[in-house]
Amino acid sequence: METNLCVAGFGGQGVMTLGKFLAEAACESSDRNVTFFPSYGAEQRGGTANCFVVISDQEIGAPLGDRMDDLIIMNEPSLKKFLPTLKPGGRLFLNSSIVTDDPGRDDVTIVKAPVTELSLELGNAKVLNVIMLGVYVGYTGIVDEELVWRIIEQKLGSKPKLLPLNKKAYEEGLALGKKQKQN
Amino acid sequence: MEKIYTRTKTIQEDKVSGFCPGCMHSTVMKLIGEVLEELDQVQNTACVLGIGCCGLHMDYMAYDNITAPHGRACAVATGIKRTNPGTLVYTYQGDGDLASIGLAETLSAANRGENFSVIFINNGIYGMTGGQMAPTTLIGMKATTAPKGRDPKEHGYPMHMCEIMNQLTAPYYLERTSCNNPANVRKTKAAIRKAFMNQLEGKGFSMVEIVTNCPTNWGTDALGSLEYLEQNMLKEFPLGVIRDKSLEEEGK
Amino acid sequence: MSRVFMKGCEAIAEAAVRAGCRFFAGYPITPQNEIPEYFSRRMPEVGGTFVQGESEVASISMVYGAASSGTRAMTSSSSCGIALKSEGISYCASARIPMVYVNVSRGGPGVGSIQPAQMDYLQATKASGNGGFQMLVFAPSTVQEAVDMTYAAFDYADRDRNPVLILADGVIGTMMEPVELPPMRSDEEVKAIKEGKRPWAIVGHELDYAHRAWIEPGQWSTAVMQRTNEKAAALYESWEKDLRWEEYRLEDAELVIAAYGISARIARSAVNLLRQEGYPVGLIRPITVNPFPYKAFDKIDYGKCKAVLDVEMSIPAQFLRDVSIGVKDRCPITTCLCSGGNIMSRESIIEAAKKSLEA
Repeated sequence: METNLCVAGFGGQGVMTLGKFLAEAACESSDRNVTFFPSYGAEQRGGTANCFVVISDQEIGAPLGDRMDDLIIMNEPSLKKFLPTLKPGGRLFLNSSIVTDDPGRDDVTIVKAPVTELSLELGNAKVLNVIMLGVYVGYTGIVDEELVWRIIEQKLGSKPKLLPLNKKAYEEGLALGKKQKQN
Repeated sequence: MEKIYTRTKTIQEDKVSGFCPGCMHSTVMKLIGEVLEELDQVQNTACVLGIGCCGLHMDYMAYDNITAPHGRACAVATGIKRTNPGTLVYTYQGDGDLASIGLAETLSAANRGENFSVIFINNGIYGMTGGQMAPTTLIGMKATTAPKGRDPKEHGYPMHMCEIMNQLTAPYYLERTSCNNPANVRKTKAAIRKAFMNQLEGKGFSMVEIVTNCPTNWGTDALGSLEYLEQNMLKEFPLGVIRDKSLEEEGK
Repeated sequence: MSRVFMKGCEAIAEAAVRAGCRFFAGYPITPQNEIPEYFSRRMPEVGGTFVQGESEVASISMVYGAASSGTRAMTSSSSCGIALKSEGISYCASARIPMVYVNVSRGGPGVGSIQPAQMDYLQATKASGNGGFQMLVFAPSTVQEAVDMTYAAFDYADRDRNPVLILADGVIGTMMEPVELPPMRSDEEVKAIKEGKRPWAIVGHELDYAHRAWIEPGQWSTAVMQRTNEKAAALYESWEKDLRWEEYRLEDAELVIAAYGISARIARSAVNLLRQEGYPVGLIRPITVNPFPYKAFDKIDYGKCKAVLDVEMSIPAQFLRDVSIGVKDRCPITTCLCSGGNIMSRESIIEAAKKSLEA
């Protein structure tokens, strides 16, 4: 079983962090193989950013697949760029606050999560990636949800003030993901 | 009869100098060797040789040395000194090596205040390659790549490395000397000694610029080269201490 | 041993520290900046030295100096930066100074692209500087392999008194993967390694012509220079024993893919997918790309094999030249290439493989 995931959005939306947290949790949780491959533009700020995460119980061939099982899309340009790579039967996780157009694919599952709005409701736009990580983990169950939180905790260790906010964001995402799964 | 002078042991006994008659390289080499012996540092020294006539020293030296890529002596010395802070490290470089191809390495090492010593042989010309123009070639001085002489309109002006380095904060000691007469030979030896002592005391970067001759490529005989040096080179490159932080420290 | 999740560049740097590397000099260039950055944090913890050189040219010269004093030393860069280092690399090879360097290669020629590529193959394996010297060149296809190769590279360098090159690429350098790190050499071991090199290291010796250390990247005497080159050539000949390659599912292969580094990793997974579809495809992956394991290509059953497919991230193809020497006209060679910072895709390999089989 191999899952190819692409996370894409604007620079600054935390897509790299999202992918890295997930990949690290996968590394800690089991003997599964996992790769994280970032792809940056030349700009230090702004522009687009995306990363690829592959989680597999076998050796990983390509750290970036050409055919995605899952897509996490945080903005409109990323949808245009990466939707064609999503396999039929794949899963599309959309930041529905920003991406309002109909993706126009009826052969894939679409999980909509208004993470920009939700993050603003929580009082900090920066946590949209943590909410989306929660949605993805809650929906797919790909990695143990507790473990993902432990990784977030560990990485935010130097900024303990941010922990309660992130905890709330992650849990909100998890709940939303699980709810969507039931529907 | 009493023996009052012995050749420094740092020069191999069976070797005869291959430097051109009148060339001051052999004088400076002797002075460095004498200072190392007097400081009891010969067995603790690593010499980084530049490319060009400077590199000829390896044939005569009896102590540790390495030949650096052209211009990179100060970078090579950085690598040695940083990993062996107890070893006395000095570079021995000519004007093409230090001021042209190695300008970045030289100034960067000086700017980092690396704790080694630089012996800079400035004779205003490329020696080994056959008399091409150097950054320190005098205005009007003929070179095989400036057959009509150095023309400021085309070639700019001679570079004064001590003065350029004096713009940096880190260097500890900068002095320009020559070996054109016995008094200046003694001063050069004292300057080399000071540069090495600074290093042994961990003071940082020292450079002794020695204005020397090149009878062969200047087209003079040995004595004629001294005359040219005194009348032309020393006017462009005045001798003296350009910076000595130990004096400032004493002043405090 | 426990797994840690590390970025390729950082894992390479940590492996070097664990191997006893105590001097690193480098200059910023994408995509290898995490190597010098990691060393700048890590070296002070182990009593080592990190210097940000004023250029690649200076950095390699610093490594030449540090390694000439017996210290395990390393530098890294990327493509055009590696080209600048060729002066110092050639000096190290000529003077027989052990050191390790890493090329996290990107697109070329010129400033090229900052994205991953395999455009430095011929430079890395045939002429990394003037004068015809050779080096052991290892090409990792996973972060774990990059770690293991870097760790071993210092031993190879010391064994041969010669530079060793790790030819990585921007994917290996920037991707993160779980790795098992090799054991940390103790301070005593690191000291003993340096002490072992003291007889020739430039650290100061008794005043005695016979015992001085003389680091010679060149010779005045043509006779001595020729002898030096003959000794080096004999060393290069001895590397037959160090040849390493991977053979994957060759037994009944009607098509054999030849690839190295990141391309080989992607090709391996394409082989699995092709096998699932019933296509009898195998893979030869040189692990040492210099010396090149030409004899690996003798393992192919040319009675069955219709073609060898050269897969590499370089246009024009470079690795292809060595593959051709290995195949010796025993079957046709086809290619699957990409360049400019584009990363090889499994799909394009699969397509090229099917086409080669049908032809």
